[in-house]
Amino acid sequence: MSSSDPAATSPMLAGAPAARRARIMALTSGKGGVGKTILSANLAAALAKRGQRVLVLDADLGLANLDVVLNLYPKVTLHDVFTGKVELEAAILPAPGGFSVLLAGSGLVEYSRLTPEVREQLQQIIDTLAPRFDHILLDTGAGISDVVLYAVSLADDVLVLATPEPTSMTDAYATIKLLATQQQRRAIRLVVNQVGRIGEGRVIRNQLQLVVDKFVVPMLPAGGAPPLLELIGEVPLDPSVREAVQKRQLLLELLPGCAAAQAIEAIAAKIAP
Amino acid sequence: MHSQTDPAPADAARLQLADAMLLLQQSGRELPDRNTVAPVVWMQAVIDALCELSSRDPLTGLSNRRQFELALASEIDRVARAGEPALVLMIDIDHFKQVNDTHGHPAGDLVLQGVAQALHECIRPMDTLARFGGEEFAMILPNCPPPFGLAVAERVRTKVQQRAVAIAPGQQVQVTISIGGAFAPQWVRSSAALWISRADQQLYRAKAEGRNRACLEQPTVSLVSAEEKGLLFGTSKFAEFE
Repeated sequence: MSSSDPAATSPMLAGAPAARRARIMALTSGKGGVGKTILSANLAAALAKRGQRVLVLDADLGLANLDVVLNLYPKVTLHDVFTGKVELEAAILPAPGGFSVLLAGSGLVEYSRLTPEVREQLQQIIDTLAPRFDHILLDTGAGISDVVLYAVSLADDVLVLATPEPTSMTDAYATIKLLATQQQRRAIRLVVNQVGRIGEGRVIRNQLQLVVDKFVVPMLPAGGAPPLLELIGEVPLDPSVREAVQKRQLLLELLPGCAAAQAIEAIAAKIAP
Repeated sequence: MHSQTDPAPADAARLQLADAMLLLQQSGRELPDRNTVAPVVWMQAVIDALCELSSRDPLTGLSNRRQFELALASEIDRVARAGEPALVLMIDIDHFKQVNDTHGHPAGDLVLQGVAQALHECIRPMDTLARFGGEEFAMILPNCPPPFGLAVAERVRTKVQQRAVAIAPGQQVQVTISIGGAFAPQWVRSSAALWISRADQQLYRAKAEGRNRACLEQPTVSLVSAEEKGLLFGTSKFAEFE
């Protein structure tokens, strides 16, 4: 374990019972460009502020851009771990915001396909790291590819991110439908990003739940609990987000008091009360 | 598209083509008379013939595995861009070893040719049919809608079952095939290997369920119907009639 690993120096590590294991949460959206990676990074920072040990794993193996959001361009990435060039430890980096990241690196385009090797390696990495963190966030790619579905299948919780745009809502619904029918997910967390006013997220959640109840529930085996969407946050449309992205800084560090940052901190408070 | 900076075409007469010519001769491919056409025309014909030869399976005349993989890669590109459905079928002759053991390898070759012929009669001009290896064949069916997939596979299976292959005067052999199929996945950045392996899994299923049958992967329910969108946005007639 390198000394730059926050998990190694975290005061929480000392007294942690051996059996503890990180809660693994996959962030997914169906549609790309809705702010998934920005939410992953800032939510990780917000959780870290609450004393949690957090790792963000860049599970968008094909077109990762967590590195761009965090302004980190490491020489060592998940690609080198997959090819056996370096040990896993060497690829875990401290990110601004007090959490750890495991970046995919652009060399991973060849892993945008779910081969048995990729499957096994992702599983192994998560198993190895789970005891050392409180939360592992899997930042998945856009779309509903087999890699995305596999990454989600490794997670305890799934967070679907949508915006009020009809295309995003449709893709979020398609994602929810797949997760409910193929992975038997019954609890799905929802965050609505870029809302025009607070309360819009609730309306969207209710509308999605309505369609799920009418069209998805009849597809499920009878007798089981219906899938339930839990709105765990709505993040307002906020020009600060754009500013932070352009400066390649975390919103929570650059403009911590802004409306979007506060909304993300509220999500962290729900996840780690 | 020759610009003035193009190098002069090589002198065809000085090229060492003996081995290539022998190969082409054995394959029965006709070339234009070297003395009556321009050297560049003749050379292009040689190149075309060699390309053709390198993409074919010599025994059956079908596409070989290399050609199949090229076609599959371009089909994946097309599917990703156009979003059209496409089906891959992996086809395996049932108990082919018994044919070889009972009747000998020359008879086995005749059976492979007979099956190849029967399969060829099932395809459309845009489809790719290849000998994948041994007694295994593969088909790419572009623009094949999922509701038709099983009917297509069944037609292929029946065609082979009904075919009697003459292996000697007065002696015929009938074989059956097992078929596994998978559609190009929607929304997925896929790979040729993954697509083939999904179809292969269905082929194993067809074998395990008793052979002489077609099994297709069940399509995933990722599509959002007009009714669902209507309810989601509360704008359609479906919602009004609730």
